[in-house]
Amino acid sequence: MRIVVQKAPFDFGAEAGAFAAGRTDMGAVVTFTGVVRDLPDDPLKVMEIEHYPGMTERALEKIATEASERWNLGDVLVIHRFGPMTPGEQIMMVATAAPHRVDAFAAAEFLMDYLKSRAPFWKKEITGDGADWVAAKDEDEAALDRW
Amino acid sequence: MQVLYFAWVRERIGLPREEIDSSAATVRELVSELAAREDRYAMAFSDLSALRVALDQDLADFDAPLAGVREVAFFPPMTGG
Repeated sequence: MRIVVQKAPFDFGAEAGAFAAGRTDMGAVVTFTGVVRDLPDDPLKVMEIEHYPGMTERALEKIATEASERWNLGDVLVIHRFGPMTPGEQIMMVATAAPHRVDAFAAAEFLMDYLKSRAPFWKKEITGDGADWVAAKDEDEAALDRW
Repeated sequence: MQVLYFAWVRERIGLPREEIDSSAATVRELVSELAAREDRYAMAFSDLSALRVALDQDLADFDAPLAGVREVAFFPPMTGG
């Protein structure tokens, strides 16, 4: 398990290539990447992500540990950035490795659902009109019920 | 104890953290003490359903006891991913 919280961009290709490399017992690797999305009506200048140093790492480790207990996983990787980002930049990625794909897919979705509303990150969108904190969506909270 | 604020809670109160000397037994009591201080606190704590709290870096609820807690953090619902 590897948890990384950093300001700098990460190299998705290098991370995905190195993840679970050489693990001949892992038949499936799933990766997800979150990307800063531009706003359709009000062009986004900057997405600023704030986090709670210390609790962030602790929360991500807890979520990744729970995923490892629920599914048969060989490895888990979570990288999440903070600070200012522009549209098209990669915000975060998760990767899961498992002997079979069902576990790898389910664990990746579980990780995403939980880190969206249980890891202490907050997004602020800065446009030409001003700055707004992104509100949490009810559906993000509801998504946890399926686990 | 150290009290930390994040996102719009930090912006409304105007500082990221402060040392608070309180004998509040629960988070809810601490919130009442803070809200009584000044308008900016009252505004930040006006709707508890829009807030989350963490005690020593674990999510908790507003009725949780504060005995032994060193770090309390208030923030809006999280928006990671």
